[in-house]
Amino acid sequence: MKALCWHGKNQVSVDNVPDPKIINDRDIVIKITSTAICGSDLHLYNGFIPTMEDGDIMGHEFMGEVVETGKAVGNLAIGDRVVIPFNIACGNCLHCKKDEWSLCDNSNPNAQLPEKLYGGTPSALFGYSHMYGGYAGGQAEYARVPYGDVGPYKVPEGLTDEQVLFLTDIFPTGYQAAENCNIQAGDTVAIWGCGPVGLFAIKSAFLLGAERVIAIDWVPERLKLAQEAGAEIWDYTKGNTLEYLKEATGGEGPNSCIDSVGMEAHGLSVDNVYDKAKQLARLGSDRPHVLREAIMACGKGGTVSFPGVYGGFLDKIPFGAAFAKGLTFKMGQTHVHRYLPKLMEHIQEGRIDPSFLITHRLPLTDAPQGYKMFKEKTDNCIKVVLKP
Amino acid sequence: MTYTANPYNLANDSDATDPRRIEPEDIRRADLPPSAPLHGAHGYPNVALPERIVSGLAGAALTTFAVTKRRDVSGAALALAGGYLMYRAASGHCPGYAALHTGTTHATTGSPTTDSPTAVIPHGQGIKVEKSFVIQRPASELFAYWRNFENLPRFMDHLESVTIQDDTHSHWVAKAPFGKTVAWDAEIINEIPDRLIAWRSTENADIPNTGSVSFKPATGGRGTVLKVNLEYLPPAGILGMAVAKLFGEEPNQQVSDDLRRFKSLMEAGEIPTVEGQPQGNKEGFTHRKPLLKTTM
Ligand SMILES: NC(=O)c1ccc[n+]([C@@H]2O[C@H](COP(=O)([O-])OP(=O)(O)OC[C@H]3O[C@@H](n4cnc5c(N)ncnc54)[C@H](O)[C@@H]3O)[C@@H](O)[C@H]2O)c1
Ligand SMILES: [Zn+2]
Ligand SMILES: [Zn+2]
Repeated sequence: MKALCWHGKNQVSVDNVPDPKIINDRDIVIKITSTAICGSDLHLYNGFIPTMEDGDIMGHEFMGEVVETGKAVGNLAIGDRVVIPFNIACGNCLHCKKDEWSLCDNSNPNAQLPEKLYGGTPSALFGYSHMYGGYAGGQAEYARVPYGDVGPYKVPEGLTDEQVLFLTDIFPTGYQAAENCNIQAGDTVAIWGCGPVGLFAIKSAFLLGAERVIAIDWVPERLKLAQEAGAEIWDYTKGNTLEYLKEATGGEGPNSCIDSVGMEAHGLSVDNVYDKAKQLARLGSDRPHVLREAIMACGKGGTVSFPGVYGGFLDKIPFGAAFAKGLTFKMGQTHVHRYLPKLMEHIQEGRIDPSFLITHRLPLTDAPQGYKMFKEKTDNCIKVVLKP
Repeated sequence: MTYTANPYNLANDSDATDPRRIEPEDIRRADLPPSAPLHGAHGYPNVALPERIVSGLAGAALTTFAVTKRRDVSGAALALAGGYLMYRAASGHCPGYAALHTGTTHATTGSPTTDSPTAVIPHGQGIKVEKSFVIQRPASELFAYWRNFENLPRFMDHLESVTIQDDTHSHWVAKAPFGKTVAWDAEIINEIPDRLIAWRSTENADIPNTGSVSFKPATGGRGTVLKVNLEYLPPAGILGMAVAKLFGEEPNQQVSDDLRRFKSLMEAGEIPTVEGQPQGNKEGFTHRKPLLKTTM
């Protein structure tokens, strides 16, 4: 089959590789009908996530048709149309049972790596480095899906691929980010980053009852989509974001802040230039400029929610500010399985159509151009969907 | 519509109203006396790791990964050459077991040999390993699986086979460097159904060893705490060097990996793996575990 393989920093290509097979009894194999490129893939593409190996198949946002089921999978039939959560989770461990699917104890064959680096292992992810399990991803024609009896979620009839594809990651991610803010009626939520995650966080914050959302980015077409979603927008290159947020909230600061940018913040602020230098010298993996700003901006007693990914040791974190203001921090990979039934219902009931952010539809063979365009935010690119 | 109920809520096989209640009725309260402290001197060699990362590399996790990955290759290559020893299959000194004799419980089998469980290893010369995992299955089930020693090679990577000879005796064969194997006979020196198994090698073992595994209910009915204690005497010569080199820094790692596989097998019914999946490398598939295995 054809698959998008990683060969080093900024080096990906569509290669011919063998077809996946059932390995464990709870595996299934699906024929992929749609798959997307994610902001998280850019961290791999840009070489900021360690433990990638030559030829690793990328992609964690994919869906398709069941073509083979393992002996222990009784709930799926050949031909079923399913979306696949990007977390790989067993459904049996304490965390899975507590609905904390991205913390599954059992799915990561390389658990010892995060165990040492982080003191505990998150669940494995598709196509996301060997530290996260080393599983082949879904930017391919076929994929093996472990724990096929609990992960894949059947697509109700009448819904198109484009309507449900983002249930695999970014819609639940934006939703969890907003849910983590514990939004109360009348709240103002500030959201950094109007990429796919930020855009879904905006929509979700409104679904969860926020009165105002202030969206921050600099890319015009992204800010435009944010505005269309009902947010007030702020181009951070135009002035001082902290002052703007203070003024926009009567001096109080937002009730909660969402960092949907993560470890690769753009910008020329003093701290970010310092982080960038460190990152280039490989002395640090993260540029936590937005994280710092969100903590400083957040109003007293508020919550800072971090869907944006961080990987290592961050410095110059204004922890004293967080302490003084009594802030709550919420973060982590999304527990996709937890949100699928609810969000599928929102889509079916027409309360949201996730396809609004697709700007590019490309054949899988053009995936390398898709990556480049998405990285450089050229051609107004917001979300790329690949068709194998 | 089949999507009304959350298909992911598997908690309904215990008490649906309380997802934390994991088959508590199955977990029998063991009345073992308090065992030795959980985090013994040999328990957590990795604690120093974050400090090493921070001091050595100014907080650069990435760099550490890269550097150690390289540093690791020699160790891993050695491992691939068969250099791993599988002492894990072996066993060890058992503080929990020792505690049994000082506590009030005398539900032990009490054979005369149990009075000096570590006698197979001269004092101070053994390598000790201690490791715990919480597993969401009843102690009785874990005990039953483990007690059938012939099951152990399923999750202990470098154990080739265990053959049961009689109720308390078994023959163990493990992979050794250069395609060789090492073997020993073991006898069970203590057994409390659903709670404890202790064993030790008998005379002429290639790797003298003693060990125990205990199963205790975790707090709040959250599964069973499995704890393994091992002590083994590394062999001399080239074999011993391989062992020492590989496990010198972190003798816990292999045991930890084995127990994690055991946990997965018991909880999820299978051991996670990516070996044999497609990959766009020269071989066309993921052909081994990454060479990052033992240290970072
Ligand atoms: N927690 C999870 O489970 C999860 C899941 C998916 C994605 N993510 C993470 O969420 C983040 C966003 O993903 P995405 O797909 O939307 O990526 P993206 O790259 O498309 O979007 C990031 C946006 O942030 C903007 N930005 C950069 N610097 C900024 C700054 N200083 N201030 C304000 N905005 C700034 C960029 O212009 C861009 O529009 C990534 O870190 C990704 O890894 C996390
Ligand atoms: Zn994603
Ligand atoms: Zn799990």
